[in-house]
Amino acid sequence: MKILVAVKRVVDHNVRIRVRADGTGVETDNVRMSMNPFCRHAVEAAMRLAEAGAATEIVVVSIGPKQSNDVILTALAMGAHRGILLEAEGRVETLTVAKLLGAVVAEEKPDLVLLGKQSVDDDSNHVGQMLAGLLGWPQATFASEIKVAGAGLEVTREVDFGRTTVQIALPAIVTADLRLNEPRNAGLPMVMKARQKPLAVRPAAEFGIDLTPRLTVERVSPPAERVAGAKVATVPELAKLIAADVAELEAL
Amino acid sequence: MTVLVLAEHDLGVLGAATARIVAAASKLGPVDLLVVAPDAAPIAEEAASIARVAKVLAISGLAHAPSDALTDLLADLANGYTHIVAAAAAVGRDVIPRLAAKLDLMPVTDVIAIHSATRFDRPIYAGNAIETVSSGQAQNLLTIRASAFRPAAGGGSAPIETLGAAPASHQTFVSDSRTESELPELSTAQIVVGGGVSFGSAEKFALVEGLARTLGAAVGATRAAVDAGYAPNDWQVGQTGKIIAPDIYIALGISGALQHLAGIQGAKKIIAVNSDPEAPIMKIADLALVGDIFEVVPALTAELQKLGLKR
Repeated sequence: MKILVAVKRVVDHNVRIRVRADGTGVETDNVRMSMNPFCRHAVEAAMRLAEAGAATEIVVVSIGPKQSNDVILTALAMGAHRGILLEAEGRVETLTVAKLLGAVVAEEKPDLVLLGKQSVDDDSNHVGQMLAGLLGWPQATFASEIKVAGAGLEVTREVDFGRTTVQIALPAIVTADLRLNEPRNAGLPMVMKARQKPLAVRPAAEFGIDLTPRLTVERVSPPAERVAGAKVATVPELAKLIAADVAELEAL
Repeated sequence: MTVLVLAEHDLGVLGAATARIVAAASKLGPVDLLVVAPDAAPIAEEAASIARVAKVLAISGLAHAPSDALTDLLADLANGYTHIVAAAAAVGRDVIPRLAAKLDLMPVTDVIAIHSATRFDRPIYAGNAIETVSSGQAQNLLTIRASAFRPAAGGGSAPIETLGAAPASHQTFVSDSRTESELPELSTAQIVVGGGVSFGSAEKFALVEGLARTLGAAVGATRAAVDAGYAPNDWQVGQTGKIIAPDIYIALGISGALQHLAGIQGAKKIIAVNSDPEAPIMKIADLALVGDIFEVVPALTAELQKLGLKR
């Protein structure tokens, strides 16, 4: 099986973000960037399928500014075979991302596309489902386990009531949740080797897909701030306050 | 200007989120509420009593909400609706983006405020920023965070229209693994008691459940507590888990990582118990007690029982 993994460069998830004072967005200049954590789980899942003998080639694709090379290199260091960067500046909406990935799928003809279930910057949770919709392929989102089953996959998904397991035929789309696996950290030799692997850089505009956003972001604002309230010294005191709150709820 | 809302349900019962989504969607126009379930009739009866529902559409079929067939069904019904709306929960998140791609529309998801029929607020960066977006599209697809809206009242009596067969799915259901609990549903509970990884074991995590039972509360957990196997995945609260907005959230042994705080920002009151007075959660809690959870939680549970609290 050939696997395409989509990865995104985002503000590192440990960074405490700052909303720009003029409301135009979140400050990303001089901020530590890294691969979206969910994408790391998708790359790891591809590697494990390869190591189990189920996958023969892993191609990594990213869409974004040229610095997105970094996250492709991270994936190559984890073990992926080659990379593709579709270079695009500015805001690229999830629907556009899905269409661009659709174009890459048409060229690469993978049997499986693995993605993170969401990226931790815009928290959309769209692209895998959209790509599946565009291609008319089955999707298994929020995956916490992937097993090869006959000619298809058996995927366990994290849902509202617990977990559900489905069987889907290939080609298919699977999006990774955080409990899918423990992503590996590539050692220095792998990082060095990654630089020798093929990485094609192409302008996103060459695919003939309209990159203009459909939505207008009018403003980005900080959330209402919470401030520390009272300190309580003893358990009986806390119990009384909780009981009073609960009584108030009951009265409503 | 009619809005199609996909009803939430589980095990043949209408989900509590539905009345909240209806209340939100009714700001956009008259609401047609769609129930798709193996046996849709009893759920449709419940759905018809939600105030502000113009009509209930009931379709029997599609067990386990397969994304492909559910998308095809919504695409067939889409014509004539200005908005198609689902809860920002597992099914809505699975289906709405797929539908959006099929209809060539850019969806707006996790909506927490509706300014007009085409202008919405949604959180980004784990709720650390709020994006106000407007759409010039003729039709809009939304997922809405139930916890951000008050439920619509009951007492309605909307007509129920039964529709024909649902389309076929290409995915095969294998099995479900459910968390059995008599506690209230986490995503819409009035009181939630949350526990962190510092409980150290699933046995000790039962202290959280004990306090929750006393308060008639739902149980939440941090990602670390779920990863460690102390709590099931559907109890996870945070950026990647459930987003809650209870009247009271009691955080026990939770430090307050950004990703967890993302899930509780809508809570009206946060009460925190932590041994570390410098923990981030203590800086945003309305009430904080510095103490060891293994002493405080059993004592607090006993104290509340002594006060005769019964819910």
